[in-house]
Amino acid sequence: MRAVAGGVALAVVPVLAALVLSGAVLWLLGTDPLEYYAYVARRGLLTPSGLQATVTRMAPLLLVAAGLILAFRTGLWNLGSDGQFMLGATAAAVVAPPLAEVLPGWAALGAGALAAMVAAALWSLLPALLKARHGINEIVTTLMMSFLGLSLANALVKLVFLDPGTTVPQTRTLAVADRLPALPGTIVSGGVLIGLAAIVAVHLAMTRTSFGLKLRVVGASPRAAIHAGLPVPLLTVAVFALSAGLIGLAGAVEVMGVLGNVRADWNPAYGLSVIPLVFLARLNGFAAIVYVLLFSALQIGAESAARRLGVPAYFTLVLVANLLIVLAVVEYVAQRRRPAWT
Amino acid sequence: MDMILSAAFLTSLVAGMVVSGVPLLLAGLGEQISEKAGVLNIGIEGMMLAGAYAGFLGAYQTGSLWVGFLYGIGAGMAVASVMAVLCVRLGLNQIVIGIGLTLGAEGLTALLHHVRFSRSYPRLPGVETLPLPGLAELPIVGSALFDRHPIVYLAVASAVVLSVLYRRTHLGLTLRAAGDKPAALDAAGGDVIRTRVAAVLCTGAFAGLGGAFMAEVGAGLFVPFMTGGAGFIAIVLAMLARGRPLWVLAGAALFGACLSMTTALQVAGFDVPTDVIQMLPFAAVMAVLIVFGRGASLPAALGSAYVRGGRGSDGERS
Amino acid sequence: MKAPPAGPLIGLRGITKRFPGVVANDHVDLDIHAGEVHVLLGENGAGKSTLIGMLAGLVQPDEGEIRVEGEPVRISSPKRALRLGIGAVFQHGMLAPTLTVAENLSLGTAWWKPWAAGAVERGFDALCAGFGVRIAPGAVVGDLSLGERQQVEIFRALLRGSRVLVLDEATSMLTPQGVAELGGLMRELARRSMAVVLITHKLGEALEFGDRITVLRHGRKVAELGPDRLRDEDSETLREQVIHAMFDGTGGGGGPIARGGVRGRAVLAVDGLVVEGGSAVSFEVDAGEVLGIAGIDGNGQKQLAETLAGQRRALGGDVLLDGQPITGLDVGARRRLGLRYVTDDRLGEGTVAGFPVSLNLLLKEIGGAPFWKWGIEQPDPIRRHARDLIEAFDVRAPGPDTPVGKLSGGNIQKVLLARELSGGARAVIHSKPTHGLDVRNTASTRRRIREAAGAGVATVLISTDLDEILELADRVAVMSDGRIVGIVANDGDARSRIARLMAGDSA
Repeated sequence: MRAVAGGVALAVVPVLAALVLSGAVLWLLGTDPLEYYAYVARRGLLTPSGLQATVTRMAPLLLVAAGLILAFRTGLWNLGSDGQFMLGATAAAVVAPPLAEVLPGWAALGAGALAAMVAAALWSLLPALLKARHGINEIVTTLMMSFLGLSLANALVKLVFLDPGTTVPQTRTLAVADRLPALPGTIVSGGVLIGLAAIVAVHLAMTRTSFGLKLRVVGASPRAAIHAGLPVPLLTVAVFALSAGLIGLAGAVEVMGVLGNVRADWNPAYGLSVIPLVFLARLNGFAAIVYVLLFSALQIGAESAARRLGVPAYFTLVLVANLLIVLAVVEYVAQRRRPAWT
Repeated sequence: MDMILSAAFLTSLVAGMVVSGVPLLLAGLGEQISEKAGVLNIGIEGMMLAGAYAGFLGAYQTGSLWVGFLYGIGAGMAVASVMAVLCVRLGLNQIVIGIGLTLGAEGLTALLHHVRFSRSYPRLPGVETLPLPGLAELPIVGSALFDRHPIVYLAVASAVVLSVLYRRTHLGLTLRAAGDKPAALDAAGGDVIRTRVAAVLCTGAFAGLGGAFMAEVGAGLFVPFMTGGAGFIAIVLAMLARGRPLWVLAGAALFGACLSMTTALQVAGFDVPTDVIQMLPFAAVMAVLIVFGRGASLPAALGSAYVRGGRGSDGERS
Repeated sequence: MKAPPAGPLIGLRGITKRFPGVVANDHVDLDIHAGEVHVLLGENGAGKSTLIGMLAGLVQPDEGEIRVEGEPVRISSPKRALRLGIGAVFQHGMLAPTLTVAENLSLGTAWWKPWAAGAVERGFDALCAGFGVRIAPGAVVGDLSLGERQQVEIFRALLRGSRVLVLDEATSMLTPQGVAELGGLMRELARRSMAVVLITHKLGEALEFGDRITVLRHGRKVAELGPDRLRDEDSETLREQVIHAMFDGTGGGGGPIARGGVRGRAVLAVDGLVVEGGSAVSFEVDAGEVLGIAGIDGNGQKQLAETLAGQRRALGGDVLLDGQPITGLDVGARRRLGLRYVTDDRLGEGTVAGFPVSLNLLLKEIGGAPFWKWGIEQPDPIRRHARDLIEAFDVRAPGPDTPVGKLSGGNIQKVLLARELSGGARAVIHSKPTHGLDVRNTASTRRRIREAAGAGVATVLISTDLDEILELADRVAVMSDGRIVGIVANDGDARSRIARLMAGDSA
């Protein structure tokens, strides 16, 4: 019981401290922090439309989180999620709309999802091979591939897969009827179920299966993995592909569930903002769901606050950064008081 | 081919190379200091961005670019000091904190910019230059290289100064030992923590100056997220330069040229899509990593915190 | 040269240091005199390293007082220790491998000072010449031998004006000839009225080099033999006294133990195996036989062991287990056939510190039945398996779910032995099995090895401890420079023949 209470305190204290710190920033900018937070909470969680938008937003974030948890628990720093996300989104936007005209809806959606996963996984192949074969630091290579991927996705949208029917540079649009079905009685996109299933599956795979245990051995001690005879290079490439695949699927879900197409220069940058969340959740899938819910509500709330209160949505970045730094310090203090967690 | 090698193209390429290359040079030199001392400074993008905003603010308020540069250095060091406390003193994860600082700096500068300048979008006046006598009159590259704001010459000079410092003073030794075998430095009476803190602060100063240059000299204004991954390129530059400042200089020139290719090609009458051109520097990094990656040596203790008398793996209790 | 002061140069009074769960030093008094080689003798874990850590400023005492020339001091950092004239040379070396000798010598100088490479090099050359040693100051430390690195560290301490030189397990990495050279160097230093403190667990060295011997056991000082007694009494009496103090009369091993192995046909055969950085190696180990592999650390033993285990690719040659070639098989397949490897790097690669004992016991068979079904973990069989092994191998752990990193070195070794010796072991490679263990765990580990061999396991025992090999092995192969330079039977004069092989005479 005490351990649970301690765990909850460890999760709640940083959140409160970060809210206070960020509130100070708001105050300095001339906004009443209490009014802002109240507004954000109302628009993000407490109104039916806001809550539905929040839950819809969770879908891509959950998938990105699932992909990151898989990689980070294996000790692989996949920091290329933004590029993988955008390539996945673009692939889905390219494949799904034309197929929806000739195939049944589910087949078009399935093909779009598959294309997204394959595109993103392929994009992770080069960093994965460089890491597995030559031990080249994946932090740098995934970051570079991320920038490359963002530009490539943009170039594809503007130059190759431009919808000839509009003047705005964007891909063809998936008709609303062909998109992922909404949850009954709501406007929440069904993608959230895919996201929840993915993150729970990743969590259970990591904690309850032999495959997950192998990955955790690689993550905790690459030398022990070699000693135990695990095929570390193969696992590295597989994890990169799976992680990127899930992140690519996030892009597909956003396109096929919400937006219907990809516009030029669209980049929600979900990847880097989810990284702090999965660390806040200590790479635990269930805890990540909670943090993703809070972050989605914050984003949705902040987007309307930007219109109403004039505080740009960039504020969420400040809040997340504060949260992360406070968490790190709390973690440090907790670690000094008791032996390390893993 | 004649078109590509036209004087207009070359001049504009070299001019653009200086403008985009100097921030990379400064940030790369800064990152190199941290890496030498064993700290992987992923937060450098945030330090540059903070420097860019503060530099613009300082120059805008006082009308002096130099005050702006000082502001930039200060802002970069302020972000770096958070990193120094959390990662060096407390020994927290350098990657997570680095990403957090970058996100925070992105958000904060965008927010501040929105509050102060979103209605006016002010621009700084043109940059006064200091033509180097004789050199500035050279054809094609003369004005592009040698008719510049003095900070450009200082940036290049700092690469030379650093390479002398590394080789001819105890600074280089101390930094290298802190990165390669911190215990050896500690046992020899050096101070690992202080060395690393100083290194991270220097990184902040260089990165902040680089960011300030970007805003004050390069663009003449501040735009949210304007560094656009330059900090991450700087990390790669430092990594590939293997501790040699002059290699950072060469690399920054190369990447600066890549970045300025779009404008130069447009000047030469080619319409190449921006997105394709923007891929150039990153593609170049990947190509270099694929070819030379195995040789990109990093200090042995890079990324790990130093704890005196920390338990080794040799089993015996100390 | 100033005459040495009458009192001790350094005095330790009532020094106590506790670590979680251990009292490393318990009210230790110690006097260190100028002009003497003072040997601190004790088993691993007796508290020697902690004691010198305090002298070197790396660890602070919880209680007690350190006096330098009678004045109480607080040695708060290595820098302070150096200023007090205490220089330490650690077992694992404190030189940055990528810097040159001269660069390492100037480490620790204020960073802004101009670097007078010439002066440093001249000073070092002069010092080397004075001791008859030749090391180029421009050489990169990583290229030097371990003995040379040690000499560099000693000279560095001298160049800094140290009056006290602490040598931590200085002989453990050296060849017999290197040990003799070090002995000469220590004599010379003492003659120049330095105080030399040598930390060792080897009795022979203590008696050979020491002017004064202090024996530590379980963190307490249990005996001190002054210069008079060391000079006057004969070596046999001294030896017995010291052994009695070190082991409390339980005996420190003794001679080779006769044991009737169930000798049979070759279980493990190695035929012209070429490993990284070595040349072709061939030997055979019969069922129930223990083949010792002796040699100075770093002569290719690790590479050989890892290649045999399948962790490292062979560059040529064959390995046969029960007559079957297994050269192409991976770790898992070799393990299933009965080839096991007990690594000496227990926490680095042998186990995952944060994982529970139960999973560490299955680390090499992840996914295997009955512990995983369709890839799903089965907690009950896993825990039952762990409980059985914990009992059978006497692992002192709160339970199967305790993280392995929380256990003591001896218990981690038991976990490794349990994993590797259980479930159909045919041939087992032990790498430095008692490295870093205390007396009791050393004894129990050796008993396990012997019992396994008695049950017919072909055993390869890699060790740098010659006494251990002579105690356990039937035959002894000597490794040097990546090849086996000779194999001798473990009989009466094996010790001297092995020493000759190690020194470079081929058999």
